[in-house]
Amino acid sequence: MKDNTDNSVINLEKVTMKYEKNESPALENVSLRVDPGEFVFIVGDSGSGKSTLIKLLLREEKPTSGRITVNGINVGKLRHSKVSKYRRNIGVVFQDFRLLEDRNVYENVAFAQRVISTPGRDIKRNVPSVLSLVGLGHKYKSKPNNLSGGEQQRVALARALVNNPRLLLADEPTGNLDPKNTWEVMNLLEEINDAGTTVVVVTHNREIVNAMRKRVITMKKGVIVSDQRKGGYIDEDY
Amino acid sequence: MRIINSFFYSLGQGFKNIWRNKSFSLATVATIASCVFLFGLFYSVVLNFQNVVREAQSSVAVTVFFEPGTSDETIVAIGEEIKKRAEVSRLEFISAEEAWETFREENLGEYADSFGDDNPLEDDSNYEIYLNDVSMQDDLVAYLEGLDGVRQVRKSAIVANMLTSMNSLVGYVSMGIIFVLFAVSIFLIRNTVALGITVRSEEIGIMKLIGATDFVVRAPFVFEGMILGLIGAGLPLIAVYFLYNRAVEYVMTHFSVLSTVLKFLPVEEIFMTLLPAALILGVGIGFLGSFTSTRKHLKV
Repeated sequence: MKDNTDNSVINLEKVTMKYEKNESPALENVSLRVDPGEFVFIVGDSGSGKSTLIKLLLREEKPTSGRITVNGINVGKLRHSKVSKYRRNIGVVFQDFRLLEDRNVYENVAFAQRVISTPGRDIKRNVPSVLSLVGLGHKYKSKPNNLSGGEQQRVALARALVNNPRLLLADEPTGNLDPKNTWEVMNLLEEINDAGTTVVVVTHNREIVNAMRKRVITMKKGVIVSDQRKGGYIDEDY
Repeated sequence: MRIINSFFYSLGQGFKNIWRNKSFSLATVATIASCVFLFGLFYSVVLNFQNVVREAQSSVAVTVFFEPGTSDETIVAIGEEIKKRAEVSRLEFISAEEAWETFREENLGEYADSFGDDNPLEDDSNYEIYLNDVSMQDDLVAYLEGLDGVRQVRKSAIVANMLTSMNSLVGYVSMGIIFVLFAVSIFLIRNTVALGITVRSEEIGIMKLIGATDFVVRAPFVFEGMILGLIGAGLPLIAVYFLYNRAVEYVMTHFSVLSTVLKFLPVEEIFMTLLPAALILGVGIGFLGSFTSTRKHLKV
C-alpha cells in the first residue's frame, strides 16, 4: 500500500472524480505534485473542484479514476479500517472551525491525541505546548462559543498540529474571519510551514494570496488552469 | 494498559454524553422505563395466572378401584408401578374404611348410624393419582385400565380438558403480548437512541476527520446506550417490586374471599426471571440501538 520510492507529500495522477455517473466531473484528469515543505494555495471559483480535491485528500471520497498518493499511501485503494490511521498524518482546518462545542479548548485539542491513544502524561505535555504555539495557552479552559472567530480557528489549528502531521490541509481557513484575524492565522500557517510541515490552503482571499507570494494552483471547472511558483491570484475570467 | 485507558476514557465519555445531552437521555430512559414497566406488570400478571391454573391442575386426580378380593400385596405392587410413570406427581391410597368414613360424613349425616358396622364400600379401596400435567391424563387412564386387578378408573375429563385449554390459551396470548411489547420496546428505544445520536452526527464527523477509529467513536455512544438501558430497566423494576407487594397486600386485605382461590406468587419468585430478563432487555436494546445507530454516521 505504501510507496517508499515516491517522496512527494501529495501526488495526483490523472485524477477524475464524478459524484454521479451522468453528471459532468467535479475534477477531470487532474495531475498535481506537492513536495515536502511546500506552501501551496489552491484558488478558484465556486464549483472549480477545490473542495472535491480536499475531500479526496482526506479520503472522504474515492476518485472515479486516476491515482492519489499522500505521504506515499495510495488513498484510492485504502480500506475503510485504515482510513483513521491515514488521517492521523494529516492536519485539517475548516472554514467553520468544526470544534466540539461542549468541550473546552484543552479538551478539543487533547481529543486529537486521545483518539490515537496517546498516553495521558504526553497529552498533558503536548496540549499546553501547542496551545502556546497558537497563542491560546491562557484560554485553555474556555468553551469555543466564548472565543472570537480567530481564536476558534487557532484552536482548530492547534488540534490539527498536535499530532505533528506531515501535511496540513486548510479549507478556507480565513473565510469567517476579519482582516486582523485573517493575517494572524495566515502568519501562523507560515510559521508552521517554516517548521517543516507541508501546508495546502484552499482560499478565495485574493489579498493574502497576492501578498504571500507562494505557489498558487488555480482551478476552474474541475481542471488546473495555472500552477505558478511565487504566484498571485488570477482573475476569474482567466 | 492502553486498552484499559481507552475503556475507562470511553466509559467516562459515555457518562459525560448522558449529562451533556440531558433531554435525550431523559427521553431514552423514560421510553425504556415505560416499556420495561409494562413488561414487568404484564409478566407478573401472567405468571400469577399461570400459577392459579397450575394449582387447579394439581388438584385434578384420577381414581383407581380394584377387583373384589385383590390382596393388599397386589394393591401395593400396582401402586409402585403407577409411581414410576412420568405423568404421576403423587398418589394417595384410600382404604375402604377411609372411603366409607368420608362418604358418611359428607353425605349421610344422622342416617349413617343405620348402617351399623357394615361398610358398603368394602371393595372400594382406591388410589387417588395426581398428575404433573393434566393434558397427559388420557395416556395415564389408558395405562391404568390395562393393569391386572384394576376394576374401574375414574377421571374428570371436563375439568382436565378445560384447564389444559386454558393453560395453552394463556401461554399463547402471553407469548403474543410479550412479543408485541418487546417489538414496540425495541422500535421506540432504538428510535430514541438513534435520534440522540443523529443530532450529534457532526461531532462524529469531526472525530472521524481527525483520525478516530470507528471503535473510538462508537464506544462512548455504546456505553451511553447501555448505561441508559440499565437505568431505564432498573427504575421500573424497583417500581414493580413495591407496587406488586402493595397490590397483593391490598387484594388480600380488601378481597379476602379471593384468598382461597388466588394464591399470589412471592415477588422474589417473579423477579427470579423478571430481573435478568428486564436488565438484558434494557441493556441489550441500549447496546444494539446505539451500535446500529452509529454505523451510518461512521462512513465519513
